Amino acid sequence: MTSNGNGINGKDPVLVVVQLTGGNDFMNTLVPYSWGRYYDYREAVRIEEHQVLKFSDTLGFHPAAAPLKELFDAGDVAIVQGIGYENSNRSHFRAMDIMHTAEPLKISTEGWLAKVIRELDPEGENVLTGVSFGRGLPRAMAAPGVRVTSVGDLDSYGLMTSVEIQQQRAQELDIFQRVYTPAIGTGATMSYIRQTGIDVLAGIDKLQSIAGQYDSSVEYASNPIAQSLRDVARTHIAGLGTRVFYVRHAGYDHHAVELPLHERLLTELSGALRDFFADLRDHDASEEVVVYVFTEFGRRVPDNGSGTDHGSGGGAFILGDRVEGGLYAEYPSLDPSTFANGEDLEHTIDFRGVYATLLEQWLSVDSHEIVGGQYEQLRPFAAA
Amino acid sequence: MATQTEARTDAALLAHLYRRAGFGATRDQIDRLARRDYAEAVEFLLNPTPETGIADDLVARYLGGETPQAYLAAWLFRMINSENQLQEKMALFWHHVFATGLTKNEHALASSTQIELFRRNGLSDMRTILLDLSRDPAMIFWLDNNENHLGEPNENYGRELLELFSLGVGNYTEIDIKHASRAFTGWTFEQPLPLYPYGFYDAEFRFNPDDHDNDEKTFLGHTGNLDGGDVIDIIVEQPACARFISRHLYNFFVADEVQVPSWNDVPPRDPELIAAMEDAFTGSGGEIKPVLRVMFNSDSFKNARFQKVKSPIELVAGMLKLAGNDQDFRPDLAVYVAVPMGGAAMTTVAMGQKLLDPPTVEGWHTGKEWIDGGMLVERVNFAVEEIGDGSDPGIARLIERLIESGALATPEALVDGALDALGPIAVDETTREGLLSFAADSASDDERTRVLRMLRLIASTPDFQFA
Repeated sequence: MTSNGNGINGKDPVLVVVQLTGGNDFMNTLVPYSWGRYYDYREAVRIEEHQVLKFSDTLGFHPAAAPLKELFDAGDVAIVQGIGYENSNRSHFRAMDIMHTAEPLKISTEGWLAKVIRELDPEGENVLTGVSFGRGLPRAMAAPGVRVTSVGDLDSYGLMTSVEIQQQRAQELDIFQRVYTPAIGTGATMSYIRQTGIDVLAGIDKLQSIAGQYDSSVEYASNPIAQSLRDVARTHIAGLGTRVFYVRHAGYDHHAVELPLHERLLTELSGALRDFFADLRDHDASEEVVVYVFTEFGRRVPDNGSGTDHGSGGGAFILGDRVEGGLYAEYPSLDPSTFANGEDLEHTIDFRGVYATLLEQWLSVDSHEIVGGQYEQLRPFAAA
Repeated sequence: MATQTEARTDAALLAHLYRRAGFGATRDQIDRLARRDYAEAVEFLLNPTPETGIADDLVARYLGGETPQAYLAAWLFRMINSENQLQEKMALFWHHVFATGLTKNEHALASSTQIELFRRNGLSDMRTILLDLSRDPAMIFWLDNNENHLGEPNENYGRELLELFSLGVGNYTEIDIKHASRAFTGWTFEQPLPLYPYGFYDAEFRFNPDDHDNDEKTFLGHTGNLDGGDVIDIIVEQPACARFISRHLYNFFVADEVQVPSWNDVPPRDPELIAAMEDAFTGSGGEIKPVLRVMFNSDSFKNARFQKVKSPIELVAGMLKLAGNDQDFRPDLAVYVAVPMGGAAMTTVAMGQKLLDPPTVEGWHTGKEWIDGGMLVERVNFAVEEIGDGSDPGIARLIERLIESGALATPEALVDGALDALGPIAVDETTREGLLSFAADSASDDERTRVLRMLRLIASTPDFQFA
């Protein structure tokens, strides 16, 4: 397996990707409070200046993101402003596919992280090299022949758990292994399901050992993103060789009644990120971890009276001990003459350059083929 | 059984029809149904009557309630017990296509009213369906048409109506979206009474003429003071609409297709059948029944055995029907489909399908996307647990049937008998060899245990994931 040339006290670098599903409103996450135009365009769906958690003359966080600001103030958060791509697509479906495949121009089926996993573990030696927590495997982690593990809930992970007689269960799991062994000529979907069954058996053996080992003083909240990040922490701390984790936080499609809904999500997200890093630090397992938080698109500059419609020019966050905190790329201009489609924020950095940054500078993986070319990279990592 | 008449239709074919057009059938039901012609069985499914359905007042008495849990328990009860299997399946089909999420509206009554709408008109015609959908408060709120105002259009509904509900990408322009959205301005709903202290009251559609854009619009080449109804009329006449709905029906009922966004680039798996379905749609002015009739009676459908990955609700409802302990009105049916207040995800939810609450407006991805490692674990564990210790009446009946029919004579007879009892279903050679070796190795178990273990092993196979 490949490992980082710089080394992180001998540990392999780990990437945790957090997907905000639905299109996070970046302008209301990182608020340009001193720009009059923000308040001109956002007559209803706005964060008032006195509520903003300011950190510069122009910008501040949404008040619900206070834990995220704590991490930022400690120098652990790189904010990527104005992330996007040419002719940003406003369909959730397509926009998320583009983020997952790093391919804006045609429909692709190979996920960018699946390709990364293929690079990190070319022989597929460890089914836990890539692990997704939550229901369903995201396309970003899926590609033909790349085996990853998808766990709904870590605590209940096992097969045929209702069979009480252990000797019967063992015999039946042997047959399970046999009937799931991939055979030639049975069709693509059948082969896929069989391989999935075999991978599940391998993953279960390893993951079942985790629960008993983990002990933490950090109490995560009970919401899904907090629980998913807790599962990431437990798995990472157990040292099973996972290099890419994926979790999702849903509900960001705020066309209406945005203010209270967005506040709740940012509270959940930023609290979960703070607890996650606290947990890792308690276990001396944080310096090799970088978290990348992204969404499929930003939202329209003017609000619609109650929420915001699909737009472009969103933002992303890179978090970690080895991150050089601060602002990266430029905040998109609020001058209407610069707007994309006449009403959207114009992106200031291509998302494929941010992927390349994470791949080349953090995971030490060649990015050229994965992102389809050369894109401007950021320098968000402190020298080793 | 009262009368023994010779079967007129192959049991395996009928079991296939009932897995697809409904939520499965027990082996005894298949024996009874096999006395019908196949085409007759299709017509019965296409023409539901109140007498063959489940009476609303009974459901209300035993499974009534205003929570999503209560509604889903009632819907699951109908899936298992209603003879109007296709009516329930079509309600699920339209729920897939017009995916509306409870997470946003948090109004269970409005969400369940929408499913009632699909149950009522799901077999009617596309114009009625789209018009009712556009007037449905749950949909209006879900895609923000109540925020679609004169001079301040909100494009969410207009866009998804074209992209996801009727035509598919590539069959309209951004301009068409803007004009269609304007045509639906003023289509809103009457705010229901507040939840506290009144409880849930239904929201009702309201057209607000003062908020409607009466200026000229141009939509797909038609110009005039178009309103929402005109836009729907134009949509239903589009060849793209006939194709889009035919492909959706094919993907849902016949065989798994690529995901919806690829339809503009990837031709249908079965162009001939799709063409015949499009003709039935166009020839009837957008009626659904003629399309379904052509589809179910086609050789393509009859031969498409095990070409579809079961959705979680198909797997769960089918297993419950098999276990046979759910003819009674059981409020705890909710545990199979819903998330309890403040609780952990339940069965279909853990398998990736939370009814009334699809992940996004695109609905659920189907086919192999129903299965990843985590979901396979959930599916196998659920099916094995439902077979359980063999004491549920449906399972006990299958065990008895197998022992009586001499299925324990040879390993082959045990495997073939168990596959017949669970469908009939089929498995491929790899699976069959594994099952045969188990049948040979389990000879020391008592009869009942041998049969029980064979049934639960089959329920855990990769083949069992297919309908």
